[in-house]
Amino acid sequence: MPEIKIIPLGAGQDVGRSCILLNIGGKKIMLDCGMHMGYQDERRFPDFSFIAQEGPITGYIDAIIISHFHLDHCGALPYLTEMVGYNGPIYMTHPTKAIAPILLEDMRKVSVERKGESNFFTSQMIKDCMKKVIAVTLHQSVMVDSDLEIKAYYAGHVLGAAMFWIRVGNQSVVYTGDYNMTPDRHLGAAWIDKCRPDVLITESTYATTIRDSKRCRERDFLKKVHECVERGGKVLIPVFALGRAQELCILLETYWERMNLKVPIYFAVGLTEKANNYYKMFITWTNQKIRKTFVQRNMFDFKHIKPFDKTFIDNPGAMVVFATPGMLHAGLSLQIFKKWAPNENNMVIMPGFCVQGTVGHKILNGAKKVEIENRQVVEVKMSVQYMSFSAHADAKGIMQLIQYCEPRNVLLVHGEAAKMEFLKEKIKQEFNLDCFMPANGETCVIQTPHRIPIDVSLPLLKAESVKYNALPPDPKRPRIIHGVLVMKDKSTCLMDVDEACKEADISRHMVRFTSTVRLEDFGPAGRTTDKLLLHVQEKLKGWNVVYQEGNISIESVLVKVEGADDETKTVYVSWTNQDEELGSYILELIQTMGN
Amino acid sequence: MKLYCLSSHPSKPCHVLRFKGITMMLDCGLSAQTVLSFLPLPLVPSARLSGLPNWMPHGCSNAQLEGELKDCCGRVFIDSAPEFCVPQEKIVDFSEIDVILISNYLCMMALPFITEGTGFEGVVYATEPTLHIGRFFLEELVQYIEQTPKASLASHWKDILHFLPPPLCDSLKPRSWRHLYSLSAVNSSLSRIQMVGYDEKLDVYGALKVTPVSSGFCLGSSNWIISSDHEKVAYISGSSTLTTHPRPMDQSALKNADVLIMTGLTQTPLCNPDSMLGELCITVSTTLRSGGCVLMPCYPSGVIYDLFECLSGHLENLGLTQVPMYFISPVADTSLGYSNILAEWLSQGKQNKVYLPEEPFPHAFLIKNNRLKHFKNIYAEGFSTEYRQPCVVFCGHPSLRFGDSVHFMELWGSNSQHAVVFTEPDFPYLEALAPFQPLAMKAMHCPIDTSLNFTQGNKLVRDLKPTTLVIPESYLKPPVEAPSRTDLVIEQTDKNNIISFKGGDVLTLPLKRKRARVNLSPEVCNKLVVNEIRMGVNLATLTGQLQVKDNHHHIQVLEPSGTSNQGNNPSTKKLPRRPEETLSQMRYEWGSLDLDTFIQRLREDVGIAEAKVEQNSNGYIIHLPKEDALIIVEDKSTHVNCDPELRYKLRKVLLQCLNRI
Repeated sequence: MPEIKIIPLGAGQDVGRSCILLNIGGKKIMLDCGMHMGYQDERRFPDFSFIAQEGPITGYIDAIIISHFHLDHCGALPYLTEMVGYNGPIYMTHPTKAIAPILLEDMRKVSVERKGESNFFTSQMIKDCMKKVIAVTLHQSVMVDSDLEIKAYYAGHVLGAAMFWIRVGNQSVVYTGDYNMTPDRHLGAAWIDKCRPDVLITESTYATTIRDSKRCRERDFLKKVHECVERGGKVLIPVFALGRAQELCILLETYWERMNLKVPIYFAVGLTEKANNYYKMFITWTNQKIRKTFVQRNMFDFKHIKPFDKTFIDNPGAMVVFATPGMLHAGLSLQIFKKWAPNENNMVIMPGFCVQGTVGHKILNGAKKVEIENRQVVEVKMSVQYMSFSAHADAKGIMQLIQYCEPRNVLLVHGEAAKMEFLKEKIKQEFNLDCFMPANGETCVIQTPHRIPIDVSLPLLKAESVKYNALPPDPKRPRIIHGVLVMKDKSTCLMDVDEACKEADISRHMVRFTSTVRLEDFGPAGRTTDKLLLHVQEKLKGWNVVYQEGNISIESVLVKVEGADDETKTVYVSWTNQDEELGSYILELIQTMGN
Repeated sequence: MKLYCLSSHPSKPCHVLRFKGITMMLDCGLSAQTVLSFLPLPLVPSARLSGLPNWMPHGCSNAQLEGELKDCCGRVFIDSAPEFCVPQEKIVDFSEIDVILISNYLCMMALPFITEGTGFEGVVYATEPTLHIGRFFLEELVQYIEQTPKASLASHWKDILHFLPPPLCDSLKPRSWRHLYSLSAVNSSLSRIQMVGYDEKLDVYGALKVTPVSSGFCLGSSNWIISSDHEKVAYISGSSTLTTHPRPMDQSALKNADVLIMTGLTQTPLCNPDSMLGELCITVSTTLRSGGCVLMPCYPSGVIYDLFECLSGHLENLGLTQVPMYFISPVADTSLGYSNILAEWLSQGKQNKVYLPEEPFPHAFLIKNNRLKHFKNIYAEGFSTEYRQPCVVFCGHPSLRFGDSVHFMELWGSNSQHAVVFTEPDFPYLEALAPFQPLAMKAMHCPIDTSLNFTQGNKLVRDLKPTTLVIPESYLKPPVEAPSRTDLVIEQTDKNNIISFKGGDVLTLPLKRKRARVNLSPEVCNKLVVNEIRMGVNLATLTGQLQVKDNHHHIQVLEPSGTSNQGNNPSTKKLPRRPEETLSQMRYEWGSLDLDTFIQRLREDVGIAEAKVEQNSNGYIIHLPKEDALIIVEDKSTHVNCDPELRYKLRKVLLQCLNRI
């Protein structure tokens, strides 16, 4: 049995540093190359020594595919390509190619300049890395080489996020990256056709959650923000520059407009304006409503949202601030948090998932005192709210995707082990599919069925179809095809026996048998023939018995009567070897007639 | 495979291909040249146009004809809402079309005629830019015509065609000409389009795969690969190898096709687009410097983007930055908007800008700097206050029969300071100007047709090496305006097999399908008994159950049927099995019989001592006198005549001596 091997280097029963090795039909593909936000040491990158003990990995990997620009999916890419060494092709969508280097650079600055880390990739390395990237468009069938084909599907989640279908020969895999099955304020829902992959590798961040309606969550969010600013509190919303931020901006912008609110909303400068520009230019990747109206009004031109300046941190009075990064692990959002956390009037809204080890994760778990860089301890009195705006598919969405693409096996990554277990059972129950959830470094081997494509000569196929269609319709009747398979010069073709002989350059040898029976039946030979005809027809109901020129023929069997009127008749029965069974039956039939 | 040619215009193609039971339309171009026979539709009532004298043929006194025809400087025009020459309807029933492939937005103007009210139920494939830009092309055309409705519609002139002067009398089937569709027909028609990406493999009912590949001609323009398991048809529509704003042409995908259908070569083979652009820049700057204005009749997308870029640069170099450029079209804002969001469909250079992120086209910058201003039409808010002379006006329609260009022709036509510069190749410029004669304004013809020229076309054919090339008849003859230029044709060599067509033709293309692809189940494969005939040639008889689903074939193990006759009735003798039941054990003999071995076997295995062998011209006759049996052996056959008892033994021996598969 052919097989597909999958080894997660990251995201196996875990969220963060997604990196999955796929071995399909002899091709080795790396799916995503992310970093872990929760670690500062070497654990933040996947363990690439797994691929090659030392030195570049170019020879060991045929292609790298990046699903979207989030750093837990692409953060280790410059490290891998420039520091470990990889010169092969890297595939991602156009928006990902545009936005990823910006986020990488932003992260690099935070790590190197703020935290003073060394042995980190440089700006130049990011640029060199991006030069190796080949941008793909949705649904484009890309031939990586003559055997390996990939195709991107829309995944929602963030601008430019894609799921990838990967095929080598008859084997295929779909890797979802992160996706979202419900359209939101700025993105559409993920979509895939019935591509029936052997394995669906799906994220399972929200494996156990069935999220309530989006509208309710939005109303809840707006209510909380409004209440806080009304009592003069400050609202901090840590976000990543691109993605959720734009959706929440649209949400607040329309709410402020409707409620005629004057409280300032700020968006930490730098990335934002640029980020919104990307959204403007890649508007074809947003949802239908935004695409339809963009000529009249571009949704990403915000009226109420102003750029933020660091000096505003200490401004008195209410305000709403969007600041990066989203998990409060570094940067401006952490700085603001430090200042605002001790005041119970203030509020922090975490609109997305936080990986373990980050300040965001700690306060979400109810920590009242958090240790921040340099052993500084901050008391958290402000209200901490979690709003799941993270655009991942929930359990319902994952099940929906399985229904869409009809995989033969499901493999879960990018989720917590306990939650995966639950979903795994559910998938087994509902779809009767094998479901896997390998841990990091664990190899998962999935058997795939053999499929053998051959050619059939068209005359043979057409003859079958003519024959089948001539019969009264009966869905239970099997359609039978018979011929000779010719395997020659790497081509394999099924043909009619005569065509096959011609193709193989041999001649058929026809073997024919003739036996004679003497019948005591006086009268004209024609009358004897008639008697035989009746007899044969009676015995062989449903056979095509033909009477022609004094002879009876059934398939290749020929029956011929000779002899003068007043003589004993000689009956010749003749048939080819292929009709041995029929021929000998008829011969015996006529012999017994004579007795 | 059959090809139905529904259009007579090689650059506005419309074909229907029938292959493997699928009916597929390739493009639905609308030939708009018919509108040149009609009087212009001015936005503001024009005393000159309404004052044109009626024209009546000599010796014809059809009162109903009164007012249908007008005379302008010796040319006769129809005074009515313009009509279009739509793809021929009688050759193919549009309701039978399974799929329509659209190559670019210039080849889809007839789409509503095909899909609406015809019973069409198929699907239409086009790229995202083709759909968006095509939509505003269609909308613009509808708005142009609907904003200037005609009170009465002329039709009687069609009855007296032979009385009319040229070129009217040469009109092709004017009775089949149609008025334009409505906006609701446009919307309904476009809602049938399914957006596709370059290199996307689309499955057509399991029978065929179609793939659009970049053609380099305009935003989102594509050529198409239509393939089955073993056959490949390539369809080339508007294509370009020049470097302009679209993604470059993908040629390798078109290689080695069994049939290559090539249309959309340049309409102006005598003009080089690069030198035309140079001339254009000079004309514009000279006119502007002498205080005149320049009118550029144009379509709302396409070369116009390159013109904005090129002309603004040229004017800047000459210090003419203060001269405003106006882009006037009901869809100007949409066109400019879309041009900046289709980065994935642009040339590498333009694409890279988006990564910065900057707008891919410089016209976004020109708009910010107020050098390029766009308006929906001449009476749009702000236009009259913004309007300054001298200026450059880009507006439609390039035929000068409707749209804002009519207004500027009427406004500037009598002043020799101004100039009109024709860049779109679709309309002969003198014809376009005819109803505005006498004209004082300068007229320049600088057609910029980036489509393949004949040199490029011939090179492409040489590179692609199709087995059969299918082209419009006109590509085999030099252009009408330059009959001596025999280089401006597609070369016929002994290497290429060319089939040519003209409008209305139905061609049978020489593509014979010989093989189809099926999937063999591993179980069937395991049961095969393979016989090596000689090195590298193996044969095996195969019997299986054929499953056909969505035009895909699978061969699976044939389950023995439950209704076998065997042993049903023990009182009668066992009936022979039906032919289909014996197939799985069927074997075939081949090669010739080795006589010596056979005789030896007869002796050793059957105990037949005496065998008389007689040689004749065809082979041998073996006579077994004791058994009274006769075996006639020829090269390709053996015929055994004997009594039934002996037969079993002889058969066994004989089959042992023969090769079998």
